[in-house]
Amino acid sequence: MSTAAEKDCRHNEKNLAPEIKGRLIDELEDLCEEDIFGCYQCGTCAAGCPFVEEMDLTPDEVLRYVILDKKEVLNSRTIWLCSSCFACAERCPRDINITVVMEALRQLILRKNVDETDIECLTEEEKRKIPQIAFVSLFRKNIG
Amino acid sequence: MRFMELLYYPGCTLKTSAKDLEATAIKIAEELGYSFKEMEEWNCCGVVASLTSDDLMHHLAPLRNLIHAEDEGADKIVVLCDMCANTLKQTSLRVKESKDDLETLNSFMDKENDYKGTIEIVHFLEFLRDEVGFAQLKKKVKKPLKGLRVMPYYGCVLLRPREVAIDDAEDPVIMSDLLRALGAEVVDNPFKIECCGSYHTIDEKEATSKRAHRITNFARDRGAEAIMLSCPLCRFNLDARGKEAEKIFEGYEQIPAFYYTQLIAIALDLDIDACGFDSQEVDPLPLLKDKGVVE
Ligand code: SF4
Ligand code: SF4
Repeated sequence: MSTAAEKDCRHNEKNLAPEIKGRLIDELEDLCEEDIFGCYQCGTCAAGCPFVEEMDLTPDEVLRYVILDKKEVLNSRTIWLCSSCFACAERCPRDINITVVMEALRQLILRKNVDETDIECLTEEEKRKIPQIAFVSLFRKNIG
Repeated sequence: MRFMELLYYPGCTLKTSAKDLEATAIKIAEELGYSFKEMEEWNCCGVVASLTSDDLMHHLAPLRNLIHAEDEGADKIVVLCDMCANTLKQTSLRVKESKDDLETLNSFMDKENDYKGTIEIVHFLEFLRDEVGFAQLKKKVKKPLKGLRVMPYYGCVLLRPREVAIDDAEDPVIMSDLLRALGAEVVDNPFKIECCGSYHTIDEKEATSKRAHRITNFARDRGAEAIMLSCPLCRFNLDARGKEAEKIFEGYEQIPAFYYTQLIAIALDLDIDACGFDSQEVDPLPLLKDKGVVE
């Protein structure tokens, strides 16, 4: 039987996405300067993404959703699973910094005061052992 | 013996869960003729670089550290934590590229001096390669790590983004070169530059264990007996989460993960107590004894 302490502290089980009235691409423009329309869907970003197996949308699909203004992209697990490893940004043949686009999508949500991080699922021992850099970066990514 | 002083930025983790990394680095530096002088004033760097174009606020914490370093009259700081080094370098780059951003950030510094842009951020691995030189280091080796088959592991932040990388982002060699200087055998692995799972060790434990398995297993199959890495978070994930992967993948056994500083300390025959091996989930001592490099 699994106890609460053994479960992952997943922060993105619920629909968190705030309502966005305008076009997604316009909202993102203020947050990043990436040429999202330049994406030609080669899938290179997805091929090297360390979390792609856990994702509901692959990174290239995230870009496609933004282009098509499919706002459900804001409810995907993908944008929270992205660990900003920069592998995709390094390799994109169209020079799109997908890592920055992922951050901008998270920020669209976080700036509406929506956040759900909770570390209560960790045991006291784990709180002692896990490096501090893990906590600070998780909070930065999931709270703002 | 006169030591050359190096201004050292520790960061939070080096003072808590990565004391072994700090202790071994200080010992190595001394053996090579350098002494770490910890910055008199420093704060958390914020760990992850701020990525959105309008977010200057999160560059304040890293910049403050660079100002403190200027105040101490230094032109460079040595950093041990990969995440801190990356964050400090990214802020330094941003203010170098944008005078406007530097001005805005400086205007927020109420008590501090303005940042003049003179500090170079040097990761200790870079320092060993560029200022000491691996050839020089090799001369100091007393106990070559002969027969020890090690997989170098870089992770993300040493190599990406490219602008702040300490080596080629896709084909780094710094760790293999170091391992050879220490007399170890290098076991290469295409996963050496893939993310360890990073902070998802908190909110996605199982996914992080799977990462540890993916990264290690390939090298293990090719005969790797240990991992050499540099970042405290990579170490936790490849050690503790890797150990937990044994429950997910039948027959899988996690191999020990060393900081590069621990392996150097052993090869230089320094006090092994500084290595703090007892804090690791996968005990590296049996392997080291087996190879005859520790008693
Ligand atoms: S690598 Fe670049 S061009 Fe290719 S699918 Fe990803 S974002 Fe689009
Ligand atoms: S930055 Fe994010 S989306 Fe890109 S490869 Fe890394 S985890 Fe995947």
